[in-house]
Amino acid sequence: MRFLSLISTNLRRHRLRALIGVAGIGFGVAAMLAILAIVTGAIGMFERILSTDSHYLVFERNVSDLFFSSVTTEQVRDIRALLQVEAAHPLLFGIVSAAGNPVVTCFGIEADDPRLVRGDWRAGTREQFGKTPDEVYLGARAAEFLHAEFGGTVEIGRGTFKVGGIFKNENGFEDGGVFLPLPAAQAFFHREGAASVVAVKLRDRAQGAAFKTAVEAAHPGVIALENREFSQSYNSFKILNFTAWAVGICAFGLGGLGVANTMLLSVFGRIREIAVLRVCGFSERQVAALIFGEATVIALGGLVVGFGLGLLLLAVVGHMPQFNGYVQARVEPLVVVGIIVTALITAVAGAIYPARFAARIQPAEALRYE
Amino acid sequence: MSRRGELVVKARDVSKTYDQGRIRVLQDVTLDVGAGEVVALWGASGSGKSTLLHLIGGLDTPDRGTLSVCGLDPCDEASRTVLRRRHLGFVFQLHNLIPDLTVEENIRVPALAAGRGVVETAARVRELVGQVGLSHRIRHRVQDLSGGERQRTAICRALMNAPRLLLADEPTGSLDEQTGGAIFGLLKELAARERVAVVLATHERRFAEACDRILRMRDGQLSEI
Repeated sequence: MRFLSLISTNLRRHRLRALIGVAGIGFGVAAMLAILAIVTGAIGMFERILSTDSHYLVFERNVSDLFFSSVTTEQVRDIRALLQVEAAHPLLFGIVSAAGNPVVTCFGIEADDPRLVRGDWRAGTREQFGKTPDEVYLGARAAEFLHAEFGGTVEIGRGTFKVGGIFKNENGFEDGGVFLPLPAAQAFFHREGAASVVAVKLRDRAQGAAFKTAVEAAHPGVIALENREFSQSYNSFKILNFTAWAVGICAFGLGGLGVANTMLLSVFGRIREIAVLRVCGFSERQVAALIFGEATVIALGGLVVGFGLGLLLLAVVGHMPQFNGYVQARVEPLVVVGIIVTALITAVAGAIYPARFAARIQPAEALRYE
Repeated sequence: MSRRGELVVKARDVSKTYDQGRIRVLQDVTLDVGAGEVVALWGASGSGKSTLLHLIGGLDTPDRGTLSVCGLDPCDEASRTVLRRRHLGFVFQLHNLIPDLTVEENIRVPALAAGRGVVETAARVRELVGQVGLSHRIRHRVQDLSGGERQRTAICRALMNAPRLLLADEPTGSLDEQTGGAIFGLLKELAARERVAVVLATHERRFAEACDRILRMRDGQLSEI
């Protein structure tokens, strides 16, 4: 018999109790995985919207959210005129509601925008984009949930528009979005002459620093950030990430209490047995290791259950029509490692008191009353 | 109080009280046990036999006096663990086996504590169960065994790490007369074969008389008969 088989025997003896501990950690893992994967996926989608075929993002300095950023037409023109710039694509974000859909993202773009070039066109052509007034183009998912057809009309916000084209886009936000010519979007959202952000593609990426200096010197009111730099510093991403980890860790906190309860009941239920182990030569450290080992096995079980449950949940959410394709979960290796480490720490932390209690059991006391 | 050269137990003026000194259990007990010697602590229930065994085994600490077991101080935590792992074996009235473990697994517990090798442990288990006639029950769970079989398993467990001293606290106390006699005979036979000293706490005169020496416990005091 090895140490592990003693651990396994102890857990098997009280299956229900052990399963409650496993379930506690499992729910924590599933919650954390689902929340983080959804948030990471959402951030990833948003990053891809911004960084489509570009190296730098230019937006208004000191704004709390890109939706409030204004880069003027003159600034866009000056950026385009810089030697380092191969292409600059202004993009205006807007949120509207439509019947049965409280949140529909609108994108004001120009006709040569890479999104239109990359799109898998289901109806209409990108060459017609912006040529007919009061026309919008829809992502394929948006066409589905807005029940819109090519050539028909669609009500968005307070306006009625003709559907000029439908195209499939790999990005969930864009596929569920409404695309308007930039001037039409500016008029619709009362943001005349403004773009939220400008995605800039450089002729030579090595000239990034020179580009940044030139833009910020000419227009102190805007900031130019490399895509990676933007992702790391954008407040909304930080808040989303922090919230996701905080909620996940709270879920784990509950799981940890479950493990503590399981291990405590387990120790109280076999005080005499632990005394016998001490009599047989187990040191305090070995007894504590036994309890920590049991908690670790519970955590490992919880991880297996939690990852299974979490992935199932993500698969279900990803296919739910209510989410309009906005959920594109992304399970990153760092998140997986973070969850595993958190689960193990939670289980071990939950076992600290039971292990201390078990290690300090006095054999004579425990065995005195036969 | 020993007739042999090397001492495995050396107790000097050991006293123990409970309930903040109100209950005096042992009074100035002095005891020597030589290597391989079988000593009976004979006395009525509550006379202090178990307490003395617990002190010798490091399960409890004396209020006064000194103790040396196999050259180690059982009052010191580090020495106590070494003592229990290498030099001591315990047999209790109620076998105190771990339920849900098999006979073999229970016997292996001390080897697990001592970190002994798997092959060596397996050979030792086979040897011990063969000696007590439990080879056919080795894979059985202890709750499926009779009282006598459980006590034989407990004896094997106590001898697993080839201790120098076996502390047996009323090992026949929960068994019928015939089974108790058999267990006692087995214990003595194994002790002789393994060259283990035994301190046996018993209230039964017939078992005490079969030991090398009888020490009578009365009101916490020890006297040789």
